[in-house]
Amino acid sequence: MKTIGFTQKCILGLMLALGLAAGAQANIGGPAWDKAPSRTNDMAALQNGAKLFVNYCLNCHSAAFMRFNRLQDIGLTEEQIKSNLLVTNSKIGDTMRSAIDPQQAKAWFGVNPPDLTVIARSRAGAGGTGADYLYTYMRSFYKDEARPTGWNNLVFPNVAMPHVLWQLQGERRPVFEELKAHDEVVHVFKGWEQLSPGSMTTQQYDQAAGDLVNYLQWMAEPIQNTRVRVGVWVLLFLGVLTLFAWRLNAAYWKDVK
Amino acid sequence: MAEFHEISPNAPAGEKLLNWIDNRFPLSKLFKEHMSEYYAPKNFNIWYVFGVLSLLVLVIQIVTGIFLAMHYKPDAALAFGSVEYIMRDVPWGWLIRYMHSTGASAFFAVVYLHMYRGLLYGSYRKPRELTWIFGCAIFLALMAEAFMGYLLPWGQMSYWGAQVIVNLFSAIPFIGPDLALLIRGDFVVGDATLNRFFSFHVIAVPLVLLGLVVAHIIALHEVGSNNPDGIEIKATKGANGIPLDGIPFHPYYSVHDMFAVCVFLMVFTAIIFFAPEMGGYFLEYNNFIPANPFQTPLHIAPVWYFTPFYTLLRAVTSEMMYALIACVVVGAVLAVARGKMPSLFKGLIVGGALVVVAMMLSIDAKFWGVVSMGGGVVILFFLPWLDNCAVKSIRYRPSWHKYLYAIFVINFLVLGYLGTQPPSAIGGRVSQAGTLFYFGFFILMPWWSRLGTPKPVPDRVTFSAH
Repeated sequence: MKTIGFTQKCILGLMLALGLAAGAQANIGGPAWDKAPSRTNDMAALQNGAKLFVNYCLNCHSAAFMRFNRLQDIGLTEEQIKSNLLVTNSKIGDTMRSAIDPQQAKAWFGVNPPDLTVIARSRAGAGGTGADYLYTYMRSFYKDEARPTGWNNLVFPNVAMPHVLWQLQGERRPVFEELKAHDEVVHVFKGWEQLSPGSMTTQQYDQAAGDLVNYLQWMAEPIQNTRVRVGVWVLLFLGVLTLFAWRLNAAYWKDVK
Repeated sequence: MAEFHEISPNAPAGEKLLNWIDNRFPLSKLFKEHMSEYYAPKNFNIWYVFGVLSLLVLVIQIVTGIFLAMHYKPDAALAFGSVEYIMRDVPWGWLIRYMHSTGASAFFAVVYLHMYRGLLYGSYRKPRELTWIFGCAIFLALMAEAFMGYLLPWGQMSYWGAQVIVNLFSAIPFIGPDLALLIRGDFVVGDATLNRFFSFHVIAVPLVLLGLVVAHIIALHEVGSNNPDGIEIKATKGANGIPLDGIPFHPYYSVHDMFAVCVFLMVFTAIIFFAPEMGGYFLEYNNFIPANPFQTPLHIAPVWYFTPFYTLLRAVTSEMMYALIACVVVGAVLAVARGKMPSLFKGLIVGGALVVVAMMLSIDAKFWGVVSMGGGVVILFFLPWLDNCAVKSIRYRPSWHKYLYAIFVINFLVLGYLGTQPPSAIGGRVSQAGTLFYFGFFILMPWWSRLGTPKPVPDRVTFSAH
């Protein structure tokens, strides 16, 4: 039938237009983001990430909507949280506040360190997920004496934050290649050169940064894995219901001539 | 007034109860009029499920909204945190919130499809003009509802989106700045704005919306539904006075709609559980950063359902004004040269055109952008009187009408896509061409819809048994 053909054409056109729209989203500026490992179901990795987070991040950053006792979701007991992760005079039901005084932070860094509760959700973009961004960011610090902190970052130029994990990673320098294109000299990022070693090898550091980012990813939405699990059951239920509704509809309509 | 109806004392308890109610409230009568004896054409296709789906999403939004309002704090200092509190600490709060945020997008998706169905089959034509107008008013109310609701999470996009849109009102000559101040309740978007938007979002607009939905359905059931053939089924009635091509809404379309609801819910829940952000289109990434009045985001984009109209706004630059002025001049010249009307009318057209051109030259393009955005919605109200085609349904219109409608859809999608993107030189030109096409489609409709030879319309609907 001709009308059906037209409807199909419309749907095809729609899909095509949407496909083009999705394809046209390109990454603008900066180096490409590396793919962060996805381990939000890996309790050991999450616990290691939580440890790094509390030890290194929570001094300046807060996670004002994340409660310490929620860490039970990643396999820690209340006792473990209390003895290892609770910062001074916090209670187990408290949210994660930073140790730093906001006014001092502003004086020292020029900006207030942002809250990290949902940072992994907010940093997503055309270049990848928020975790990809953070994973790349945590591995892109380099020594830059021109900056007040002595550190700079390739994906966040002139960032106010110093390289907090530098003892683990050591000092590095980005290597650029000069290319001539259309009579203009462009610097293309080629890779990193290790200047001084840290306490970890590159592989170990990437692993640690991956765990930390993985934790941030989990903390941004602690329910995320439950959500998917529940969703499977809901869809299975609806699948069966749809089957019944379909047959019920057919049973009524078979008499309509 | 119905007479009091006595029932045998030996009747079953259920019957007695129903009789007791029917003597006091027209329950059976309403059920018959709107369900079991409401005769709908039997040739409905898939396009006809989006009305009931809109109703379903409306109910979802109201119910989830009630529960969200129990935990949400309409306070600039607490709003962002209270949403995260709902997501983390309220039992099943995350589900309620995702249902509501996905519901907003789903609402527009089904409403757009529902409206396009009307366009395809001429559902707005006589005698369904008021059904269509109530529907357009629902769309307008829905836009207001969505816009004000989007401020409530108090993220960066909430804040700056509201800032940009409310600032547009200040472009209106004379009253603009005061109007914008009245809407915001402050000189910038702030706590006062959040409080009044919350009030409008949870009570004022939903009340209007519900009233309009009732009016929409009453008007529809008064005239009866149109169908894909655009034929009045009431024109061919059987000996019993029932349309030959009509079937009772209940049970035939109620089971039909149950099936549609199930399929819709599969898509809806798949998004809620597996992709609630929908790649940044349903929940924008920037909105996970708390509102900061001192930091403007690099790129402010409205949520996807507003983007076609946002592009209509952005397309009107001071350059574009010359194209629009040329359109007004050409339109007036053509009307005077070709129109058959008394010279008094011609004089009025020339005078009117001169006034409009003078205004277009003297008032800032930003204002005309607002007119363009608003006009993009308002022009839909006039559709019943713009369409002059001899037949209602796209099935019997000249073939090239189909291609025109296909281009209209593609154009609307392109406008929508461009609205999500940062401004660019090429994008700007495309959106200007798209804007001219969008308005040209409607404004020239009285002319082009008359052209071509429609195909013969059958007396009875086309239907093959399932």
